[in-house]
Amino acid sequence: MKLSVGGTCFAGGSKANNTGVWRQTAPVVDLAKCVKCKICVDYCPDCAIAVDEEGCKIDMFYCKGCGICSNECPAGAIRMEV
Amino acid sequence: MGKTVKVMEGSMAVANAIRSCKTDVIAAYPISPQTHIVEYLSDFAANGELNGKYINVDSEFSASSFVYGASATGARSYTASSSQGLLLMTEVLYNIAGSRLPLVMTGVNRTVSPPISIQPDHQDTMTLRDVGFIQLHVESIQEAYDTHIQAFRIAEDHNVLLPVMVCMDGWILTHAYEPVTIFDDADVYKFVGGPIKPYQKMDPFDEKPVNYGCYADEDKLMEFKYLIMEAHKNAEKVIEDVALEYKETFGHFAGGLIDAYRTEDADVILVGMGSVTGTIRCAVDELRAEGKKVGLLKIRSFRPFPGRQIAAACAGARVVGVIDKALSLGYGGVLGAEVKEALCNQKNAPAVKDYIAGIGGKEVNRAVIKDIFADAEKVTKENILDQEVMYVNLNRQFVE
Repeated sequence: MKLSVGGTCFAGGSKANNTGVWRQTAPVVDLAKCVKCKICVDYCPDCAIAVDEEGCKIDMFYCKGCGICSNECPAGAIRMEV
Repeated sequence: MGKTVKVMEGSMAVANAIRSCKTDVIAAYPISPQTHIVEYLSDFAANGELNGKYINVDSEFSASSFVYGASATGARSYTASSSQGLLLMTEVLYNIAGSRLPLVMTGVNRTVSPPISIQPDHQDTMTLRDVGFIQLHVESIQEAYDTHIQAFRIAEDHNVLLPVMVCMDGWILTHAYEPVTIFDDADVYKFVGGPIKPYQKMDPFDEKPVNYGCYADEDKLMEFKYLIMEAHKNAEKVIEDVALEYKETFGHFAGGLIDAYRTEDADVILVGMGSVTGTIRCAVDELRAEGKKVGLLKIRSFRPFPGRQIAAACAGARVVGVIDKALSLGYGGVLGAEVKEALCNQKNAPAVKDYIAGIGGKEVNRAVIKDIFADAEKVTKENILDQEVMYVNLNRQFVE
């Protein structure tokens, strides 16, 4: 199958890339502590976090376990677990 | 064909060519001796005469990245730089060529520091010979105008899809004033095929959008580069065809991949690129009038390198001298090396001697060329291995 011109791929291909399997540690959210400030949303390098009416929800299909959200959370609501 | 003949600066001729081709995006950062080209383009923009956007950026890395992104979305794009600025663009230029984007840019040839100098030689674009761009060297201001127009056709051809760097000697061509023939905008725009027809687009609103920046494992990486080499092979024919079509349409022709001038029965041929080929041409005519059998081989397309055409043009010569305006430090003249490679396995190959000339703006006029011809005439197959590489007009007082 001949390579594409310029090494291009179909747009939107990243959606199918299950980067979650790269995790070595996983974030665990204590929703009781979450103040819904959305700082974790801003810091997540993979845009894998959304905050709804309950609080911080992390998309584990993409989350690579970098730990930045845990580091930045001012409420200490996120803990990294092996 | 409608045209105007007007005395203008070389940079203005190039700016006119770019304007007529109706680019969608121009992003450039000034560096002597490219500055006048982009300043004239910004004047056009300010006067409402330039199609598309003209964007001021904060560096050459920005400029190249900007036009990379613009070109990826399907915009006809242009930038220009010299010397340090060109080198600052290096990794982006690899990206543009590897992404098979039809960018057109001007490499205004200027030496590379240190020491600081704004004078011309080919060190900057020669350093970039590996990035994958098509590199065309022009002899005159008129050819600079004509070739930039041809460049869009070559780059955007779906059998090529490679960016084109039009190389022109700084100051000598950019800042000299000559009568230049400028063709009517409509005719030029028609020659480049009207608006760009991108092969693919990074555009979410396109029916089949693509994305760039993929990863490749070891089973595919060489294959990826192989396809770029194939595109350069296709480009050889397209460069020749477009030059001929331009000749038919506008009546101007300055060579395809090469221009072999009075080489058919030449005993000694000098090979060169850029403005020096005009000087060699004059010297050839003067020496021929004196009965010397000499010729000029102008290399117009340095990438793709026209090895077969060079071998054919030099087949009958006894000696080939190569004017090298750049040094691969630690090796020597690159053009000389590549010409030698094109000839080394040929039957009855001529003796090839490399002349390092014009570095950092050191003058190469007709008298210097004639001295080089005189030196080359004394070269034989027997004595060639004893010849040192000749640094033309080396100032011994500074090195001893």
